[in-house]
Amino acid sequence: MRKPSERIVITGVGLAAPNGDSLAAFRASLLHGVSGVERYTIRYFGETLAGVCHFDPLRYQKRKDLRCGTRAGSIAIYAANEAVRDARLDWAAVAKPRVGVYLGITEHGTVETEHEIYEISKYNYDIKYWSHYHNPRTVANNPAGEVTLNLGITGPHYTLGGACAAGNLGCIQGYQQLLLGEVDVALAGGVSESIQSFGIFAGFKSQGALAEHADPAKASRPFDLKRNGIVIAEGGAVFVMERLSDALARGATIVAEIAGYAVNSDATDFVLPNSERQGECIASAIARAGLEPKDIHLVNTHATGTRMGDIQECQALRRVFGPGCRDTYFNNTKSFIGHAMGAAGVLELAGNLPALQDRVVHPTINVDELDPECALPNLVLNQPAAAPRLDTILNTSFGMVGINSVLIVKRYQP
Amino acid sequence: MTRDELKQAILGIIQDILPDENFATLNPDAKLRDQIGLDSMDFLDIVMELRKRYGVEVPETDYPQLATLNSCLDYLEPRLKKG
Repeated sequence: MRKPSERIVITGVGLAAPNGDSLAAFRASLLHGVSGVERYTIRYFGETLAGVCHFDPLRYQKRKDLRCGTRAGSIAIYAANEAVRDARLDWAAVAKPRVGVYLGITEHGTVETEHEIYEISKYNYDIKYWSHYHNPRTVANNPAGEVTLNLGITGPHYTLGGACAAGNLGCIQGYQQLLLGEVDVALAGGVSESIQSFGIFAGFKSQGALAEHADPAKASRPFDLKRNGIVIAEGGAVFVMERLSDALARGATIVAEIAGYAVNSDATDFVLPNSERQGECIASAIARAGLEPKDIHLVNTHATGTRMGDIQECQALRRVFGPGCRDTYFNNTKSFIGHAMGAAGVLELAGNLPALQDRVVHPTINVDELDPECALPNLVLNQPAAAPRLDTILNTSFGMVGINSVLIVKRYQP
Repeated sequence: MTRDELKQAILGIIQDILPDENFATLNPDAKLRDQIGLDSMDFLDIVMELRKRYGVEVPETDYPQLATLNSCLDYLEPRLKKG
């Protein structure tokens, strides 16, 4: 057993999801089949669908902050403040140089650059109308940096670019920095402002991978035979992470303990996933957690609602979770909210954390005709299921250019 | 544009740039920076908005002339008339 100073725990959760502004609200939506996907219009592209958040940014920011900053920064600030509050940290007493902010992003700057180009298009592309805010808005550290400005944090901050695997990367970075003793409190997670970029919609559309459906709530349908692509979402989740010794010393409520993780690369294709590398990443995370596949009780899948992606992931999962894994359940969160890109891994994991207490697995919704190639045993379809055991949760997140990340948490046991 | 209309126009710009501030007690002869939370980026916003809304170019050497509300009016009034 590791010493308490070498065990890293989650003690607070803050999030902004398209179907909930807090963990309690998000969880309730996931258990009651409430979608966060709606009709959405964006310049050049026109009408489409998206997962749109509705949190009140003025809860933690001034109107001037919103004018100067970015949507990703705003989402990060909201989630970070909610996490600090949830962790019941005495923020005034926390040593700010000992706090680090580590946020995963799929991309950053795309939204702001598109916006500036649109603005100067009104002035015949005269660059003297280009905003002096362009650089501070588009630097890659922006979302994490805005959190430090907002909360007066003077420890390190940076983002981790990892396409759609990034949410887990933020948490992994927080875990590592705490273990190294670089910080005492990590605000770790991921954010996405992707729905403000017409280019991201257009890119998926050109790829034939953008979901369409007459009913927005039914558009995101991983594992269903009638799926037709991805619904893009915004959102974010931030965890307060601490060494167990520190968390116990301040009497914190421990939400979960980080059990293991792995990150690897496909090295095969810009876009197409590689089932073998995914399987290796999952197996590696389980081994590094000192567990066996049968010890994983819930797998929150990455599946985005593309035929190839869903099938490849299911092949990887079958390879790892064999017939002996009778207690392993599978679900998917994108069916509710769409793909929250850089936030996906951590946001989806957050929505499953309450399962460590109530042992209820939220379903993947919109599966009317299950793709036989995705018929995993214990895939929880359309209605929540009670799991006999729920001590561990594994989250998979995979991204373009071939990056895979897996994070495992377990119920805290002294 | 009359001087009073110009004053309202400038206050409108500053209000958009600093939406959290109250301008009711602004002293028109005291430095804006000493009365409201106006940083250097905000100041550049004022210059940008004058350019966008009224086509007025304020060269950097003239920035000190925008220090108070009244000095803004003195500086901008003839330039706007020219436009």
